[in-house]
Order: sequence, then structure tokens, then C-alpha cells
Amino acid sequence: MSDTVSGLLTIGLLVVMIAVCYVPLGDYMARVLTPTKHLRVERAAYRVLGVDPDGTQHARSYALAVLGFSVVSVIGLFAILVGQKHLPFSEGMSGMGWAMALNTAVSFVTNTNWQSYSGEQALGYTAQMAGLTVQNFASAAVGLAVAAALVRAFTADRNGELGNFWVDLIRICVRLLLPLSLVAAVVLVATGVIQNFAPTAVAHAITGGTQQIPGGPVASQEAIKELGTNGGGFFNANSAHPFENPNPLSNIIEILLLMVIPVCLTRTVGTMLGDRKQGRALLAAVTVLWGVALAIATWAEVGAHGAAAQAAGGAMEGKETRFGIWSTILFAVSTTGTSTGAVNGMHDSLTPAAGAITLINMLLGEVSPGGVGSGLYGLLIVAILAVFVAGLMVGRTPELLGKRIGSREMTYVALYVLTTPALVLIGTGVAIGLPSTGNALGNPGAHGLSEVLYAYASASNNNGSAFGGITVTSTFFQLTLAAAMFLGRFLPIVLVLALAGSVAEAGRVPRTAGTLPTHTPLFIGLVVGVVLLVTGLTFFPGLALGPIAEALS
Amino acid sequence: MIDFLRQSWTGLRALLVLTALLGIAYPVVVWGIGRVAFADQAAGSPVTVQGRLVGSSLIGQQVEGDRWFHGRPSANDNNGLASGASNLGPSNPKLITEIAERRAAVAKAEGVPADQVPADAVTASGSGLDPDISPEYAALQVPRVARARGLSEQQVRALVAAHTQGRTLGLLGEPRVDVLQLNLALSRI
Repeated sequence: MSDTVSGLLTIGLLVVMIAVCYVPLGDYMARVLTPTKHLRVERAAYRVLGVDPDGTQHARSYALAVLGFSVVSVIGLFAILVGQKHLPFSEGMSGMGWAMALNTAVSFVTNTNWQSYSGEQALGYTAQMAGLTVQNFASAAVGLAVAAALVRAFTADRNGELGNFWVDLIRICVRLLLPLSLVAAVVLVATGVIQNFAPTAVAHAITGGTQQIPGGPVASQEAIKELGTNGGGFFNANSAHPFENPNPLSNIIEILLLMVIPVCLTRTVGTMLGDRKQGRALLAAVTVLWGVALAIATWAEVGAHGAAAQAAGGAMEGKETRFGIWSTILFAVSTTGTSTGAVNGMHDSLTPAAGAITLINMLLGEVSPGGVGSGLYGLLIVAILAVFVAGLMVGRTPELLGKRIGSREMTYVALYVLTTPALVLIGTGVAIGLPSTGNALGNPGAHGLSEVLYAYASASNNNGSAFGGITVTSTFFQLTLAAAMFLGRFLPIVLVLALAGSVAEAGRVPRTAGTLPTHTPLFIGLVVGVVLLVTGLTFFPGLALGPIAEALS
Repeated sequence: MIDFLRQSWTGLRALLVLTALLGIAYPVVVWGIGRVAFADQAAGSPVTVQGRLVGSSLIGQQVEGDRWFHGRPSANDNNGLASGASNLGPSNPKLITEIAERRAAVAKAEGVPADQVPADAVTASGSGLDPDISPEYAALQVPRVARARGLSEQQVRALVAAHTQGRTLGLLGEPRVDVLQLNLALSRI
């Protein structure tokens, strides 16, 4: 079998596996997010939290709950990272410095999982488990909860009710993420991902010399790392490390895990709205964006369209033999399209056009298909922008899903759309203005600029992957990237919840002949067009100086 | 502000509940299941010779000398506690020079023309711990290893064939040869 046939069949198998999950998982998530009876374990949790699980929250209170939980999470994780040497199973690791600990705490709470540290050299097992693994779950649950609140706003009729954040948080963890992660983790162990509490072992190689072999509770973190679109590796090499991703089978399982919730959420939204056509329209837009990105990146990599790849006779720098080019690029496009940021090959060494695609995938605002929850609310924002643009063209007040989109709603949408580009461009601009940045770059020329742009794009869009040649351990990078991650996560969330509150207080308007149908191919094209247009207009100058210049040179 | 602090207090309690459930109970349960059902994999697929740990079949090692098959270049000399890649960009002159140097070195060591050296032999892997090489790179090394060990090329080629893994399920990933397992088999002849 040729590499091409194998590669195409791998993509086909992934699509089939997601398709099989689509209806059952999508509808199951709709049930998880719809009020029903509470499980006994959930009731116990609500008693500890001291919340009434049947009470509902309006936008302000929902947002304060999200922020309160997240700020406490940052403080708690920071304390664990700084003080880890006092914890059991610290494996002799000392506490992190404050700047790195703050960066890491913000990174994992915001679902970014940007890593300025090397896992096997900086963290003990308790910090990984009780610190990082917990936020892998919680940050994904927060994203999904906020998306659910926005969807509920469209079904609410003037009551302003968005649900209950604490119930959403507990329920998403208990009913969705924990059971799926448990199954996935056990399957990953079966494929060879390690799960132990053993200290580093010393092997005496038969070919001479010794080698240290690490241990750790890796599989339990690996499962939720992908499923929650987190992406923070237990080890520095992330999913390229053989203990995180030992073979092609574990590889396709990990790609499935990181894609499955964001894709199936397009079914969930259709089910919750009672309008499945709407969900299918969003799925179509997502599929177009993902498919085109995959096609371009695969073309560049397989054709070895780069100087180093030409010299080597194949684009294998930074890649693992067991995955080869096709499965690495499939992972790369999926991880940047879902805001996961896990990598099974190093993006910094991708051929210029493929590297540009991973960067652009993030700059699209993480909507192809985006992270757990954050992808869905991002897509709904784009849909509102699309009906607004269409409304301007024909001179009608825009509507979406039976709600009028007025100036207040459009203000929130506009601010949302401006937030991450502002963070990316200001961050990149300030960084490249500093003389010290030149020494931090791992590569010369246009590629060096791409490394800085990639860093701020990754942080602001909560992706977490990197053009890893750049050294980001200076206090400047630690703090500005932490700020980009925090603002890039919570400003959009606050704006989404404000929008949700506004939509939930409005009455439903009847569909008329003048209402733009939002499930037709025309509308799908409009959504894709708006995404590309906004990104293109915002980032073209930066892209031209970085990856485009490199690809054309 | 009062509302925010009240929600944060609830948030602290939620964090403690989630830490107990997801940060302690869940990893320990996965560990328990792994120990019972997949003990070898959970422990890191260790390879032992006469009770002594010689490596993991998943982790590539630094191998030198004509008597052994060599693995891929590693950006960290196969340091098990420093996984990672070169992160050199696709147009970086440094990378292009390194590739040319590796190509010349491999061609010389194996006694073949430079254009016969496959891509995996001249590029550093993603993890720095890649356990595998391509069947092409293994085939390239057969004459040297056979000569150094006084074996026939046919014998060594048969050993390589026995340790060549095809695509998983016939379609996933790439055909490959695990260098540690191959060298282990070689040492037993």
C-alpha cells in the first residue's frame, strides 16, 4: 500500500469514527446540558458546594461564577506548582519560579496549556495529577458550560435565564468528561501509554551506556488532554513522546478524542434548539474549513515544499517514524483547528506552507471546529456576524434562531471579534520591538517573526501549541503570554455571557418570508466567508512578513 | 465584589471536590486497572535481559559502533529525561547544513552513494526518542552489520524482516523497524 492510499484511508477512518459518534454523543451532550434529575454523587457535590441545583442564574451571576471558579483555580494551581516539593510523589522536583508558575496556572485554567516548562524536568506526579489533570477537566467544562448558556439564551423567552453554572460544571465533569476519559485512558494504556507511580528507572543498554526512563500517571492525563482540547503534554515532546503516543493506533485514537466533542457539539446545538438543520449547517462550515486546511498542509508536506525537506528527501525533521508525514499533518491540522495544541510532530519544522496553515487555523479564531465549548460559542458569534452582514446587504434587521440581533447584541459581537486579534497584534508588536526578543528566537529571518506571531496567536486563542524554537522563559514572555491567555479566554466569555443575557431577555420573533434562512448552502458560504474575511483583513500584514514571505522565498 | 467573593467561595469548594474526584480518584483507578489488565504497557514496556533492565521497547537509544543498527538522529542524544526536537525551521541554513553533514556521514559509514540515504536517517525526530527507523534505513545498514559480525547478509536481512512491523491494521502509520528489539535479536545470534 502506498503512503498516499494509507494516508487517505487514515483520514477516511477518522471521519467515519467521528460520524459514528455524531448522533449518539451529540444528543447525549444535549441531555447532559438539559435539566433532569440529579444523580446521587451530584447531589453530594452540590451539598459540599452549598448551591441549590434547581436555581437558575442570569448573565451577571453566571459570569461571576465562571470568573470566581477560574480565579480560585489559578490561585490553587499556582500554589501547587510553587510548593510542589512538599507534596508526595514530587520526585525530587523543586517548586517552580513564580513567573513560570503563574504562566502555567493561567495556561491550564484557560484551556490553553501553553508550556514554558519541560514536564519531565519540572513537575512531580502530584502536581501533574492533582494540579494539571484537574484543570484539564475543569477548563473544558467551563467552555462547554458557557456555550450551553449561549444556546439556552436562544430558547429562553424573555426570562433571561441561562442555567446554573455549578450544575453545568459538575454535570459535564461527572456525566461526560469523566466516563469518556476513563474509557479512553484504559484504551490508551492498552496501546502502551504508561500509567505508574514509579520513579525514573535506569536502563543499561546492551549497546553500551545507560539511559534514564521516566514514569508517571500519563494515560489518565493524556485522555483528558485530548478529549478536553487541552493539549498540555506530560512530557516535553507531548504526543510525539512514545510514552504519550506509542503507535499509529494510539495516534488515531488521540486525534479522534480531540475532534469528537467539538464536532459533535454541532449536533448538540441543533438538538437543544429543536432545529437540527442549524446544527448541520454549522457542521458543514466547520468541515469545509478543516478540509481545506488539511488539503493545503498535506500538499506542502507530502510534496516536501521546503528547502530542508528537499535536502533531506522528505519532510521528516521533527516527526516520528511510526506516524510518518500523513498522520503527523492530520494531527497538526486537527490540533490547531480545535484549540487543543497537543502535537505529535514539531510545528516549527513543518514546511513553510504547512506551518502557515497551523498558524492561520488558530488565527481563524478557533472555529474549525474549535475547542470544547469555545468552538461552539465562537461559531455562533460568527453566525451572528454573518446574518448581520447579510442584513446590511438587504436592509433588514438581522435575526438568528428567532431572536432579533439589535445594536446591543452587535456591540458584544464586535468586541468579541476584536478581542483576540488585538491581543495577538499588540503582543507580537511589543515583543518584536524589544531588542531582547532577537536572542529568544530559534530561527533567523521571516521564520523568527513567525515564531513570535505563533506564540501570541497560540496564547490569545487558547491553543497552546508552539513554534518551539523560541525561548519563552523570560519574565517578559511569561507575563505577557499569561495576560494574553487570561484576557483571550475571559474577555470573550464575559462578552458571550453578556450577549446571552441580552438575547435571553428578548422575546422570540416569528419567522417571516423576509427572514434569512440560516441552514442553506448560501448561509454556510457566508459563515465561511466571514471567518476568512475577518482573519484575512486583520492578519494579512503579519502573515505576509512571516510565513508567506518564507513560503515564497 | 461581594457577589464575586461569594461565588469564589463556592468555587473553592468546587475545586476541592473536583481535585478529589478527578485529580486523585480517577488517575488511581486508571492505575489500578492498568496494573491488573495491562501491567507491561502501564510500566513502560520494559525490556530485560537476565532480569536486568536494558531499555523500553518504545524508547530509542543512542547506538554507536559497526556491530549494531543505528537509530535516527536525536536533538537531545536520546536523553530519556529531556525529550524534544531541534525545532529548526524549514528554511534554516543550519538545518540544511546538518542534513548535508548527516547524509555524508551515513553514506560513508554504510559505503553507499549519498543519494541512497533515506530521509529518516538525516532528520532528527520529534521526541528525540524515536524507537524506530524506516525499513529502507535498516536495509542500508545490513551489509555493515553483517561484515562487522561475520554473519551473512542474508542472515541479517532475515532478522530485519522478522522485526519489520507493517502498518497498523494494514493501513495506519508507517512500516518500521524497532532498533532496540532488532539489536537485541542480533546479540542473541
